[in-house]
Amino acid sequence: MSSFWSITLATLAKDIRLEWRSKDALNAMLFFSLLVVVIFMFSFDPLAEESRHIVGGLVWVAFLFAAVVALNQTWARELRNQVLDAYRVSPASANSLFLAKALGNFILVSLLEALMAPLFVVFYNLRPLGPAWQLIPVALLGTWALVVNGTFFAAMSLRTRSRELMLPLLLFPVSIPAVISMVAATTNILTGEDSAHFYIVLLLTYDVVFTTACLALFETVLQAE
Amino acid sequence: MSIPGSAPPGVPIIKLSNLIKQFGRFAALRGVDAEFVAGKFHAILGDNGAGKTTLLRALAGLAHPTRGTISIFGKTPNEACREIGYMAHPSLLYDEMSGMENLRYFARLYEIHGDSRCEQVIRSVGLDPELSRPVGKYSQGMRQRMSLARAILHDPKIVLLDEPFSNVDVHSAREMVGSLKGMRDAGKTIFVVTHQSSLLEGVADEFVWMQAGQIVDRTSPRASGVRAEQM
Repeated sequence: MSSFWSITLATLAKDIRLEWRSKDALNAMLFFSLLVVVIFMFSFDPLAEESRHIVGGLVWVAFLFAAVVALNQTWARELRNQVLDAYRVSPASANSLFLAKALGNFILVSLLEALMAPLFVVFYNLRPLGPAWQLIPVALLGTWALVVNGTFFAAMSLRTRSRELMLPLLLFPVSIPAVISMVAATTNILTGEDSAHFYIVLLLTYDVVFTTACLALFETVLQAE
Repeated sequence: MSIPGSAPPGVPIIKLSNLIKQFGRFAALRGVDAEFVAGKFHAILGDNGAGKTTLLRALAGLAHPTRGTISIFGKTPNEACREIGYMAHPSLLYDEMSGMENLRYFARLYEIHGDSRCEQVIRSVGLDPELSRPVGKYSQGMRQRMSLARAILHDPKIVLLDEPFSNVDVHSAREMVGSLKGMRDAGKTIFVVTHQSSLLEGVADEFVWMQAGQIVDRTSPRASGVRAEQM
């Protein structure tokens, strides 16, 4: 295995170990998402037909906000004891660190989605009328879209004074095209009224463009003082 | 003493030329010109705000010069990173992991595989590799020693240490000085930023005095001993 991937996997394993021990991000994300599910259910009490139209937006907004919690945690632990400096003085590639962080967040948010999806189905009485299997690529591509930009902007806002406020300010506007695609694709699949194909391709394009851009710029962000 | 594969004795391995580092309007380093040869123990002394830590961070490649150049073995600090070990004032360790887990991770960054080097370096600073306690529960002295272990893990030729003896009891500090002396005797070039110059009497080869972002004096230990008492 090349040094690049060896370091990426070592960093990913280290992050998973740290999260497993503290469970800081996962617990916060789970409670937040659970609150969203329950509060919206009592607020709207939608019929099955109505649910199919609103749940796409509800699910992704809940996951987007919950992901911000994980994204802030990712870099916060690198700031304690200035551990990030130990990485910066090493010969390890900046992109190894970025990919490890993005993959770690992807695993964390995907886990959250896997845990929350059955609750959404039960609480909102969901039965997809379109091809349900298409929800899988939408979830994978949508989650990557959120975490790849989120990881990058969280690193950018690392040295700002109010970084927890800065991250959503930077992330949400850039994520609008991805969020629109995720919501539209999910709604189309749930209602069966239209094909989700266009939005899946849009998400794929978004992911490729932003992953490339983040990888190209991350070294500058990491070495910034 | 020469280092295998490095410069011969007496030839400078580190060259600083008109090094200026500004943070906004504040100039932490104001035109530092200096050369350092291999295999020497340099103690960097000076008041708070004299630029000692900034100089060390610049040598480590963490603070990029606003103007001027740093050459280490003819390369920039970032290019020469495998030859540099850096210990900062904070521990640069993950509090939630044990010392061995920390070193295992950092070893991977330097493409060091297996546990033997990690165990060896932990023992060399007087700690037990089997210690399963997370670093966050170490005493300050143990944390400093583990931090030193991390800095020398990849066997660097240049070791940069920022306040390694702060919050450490005299006994532990003297043990650390002994370890550093051993490294110097093995041919490594050591830079220590400290306010406790008395600990380095008889060990340091040179005392580098900084004031207002400049190197104002470089003296032998005997001469600087007098000066240390004056400060």
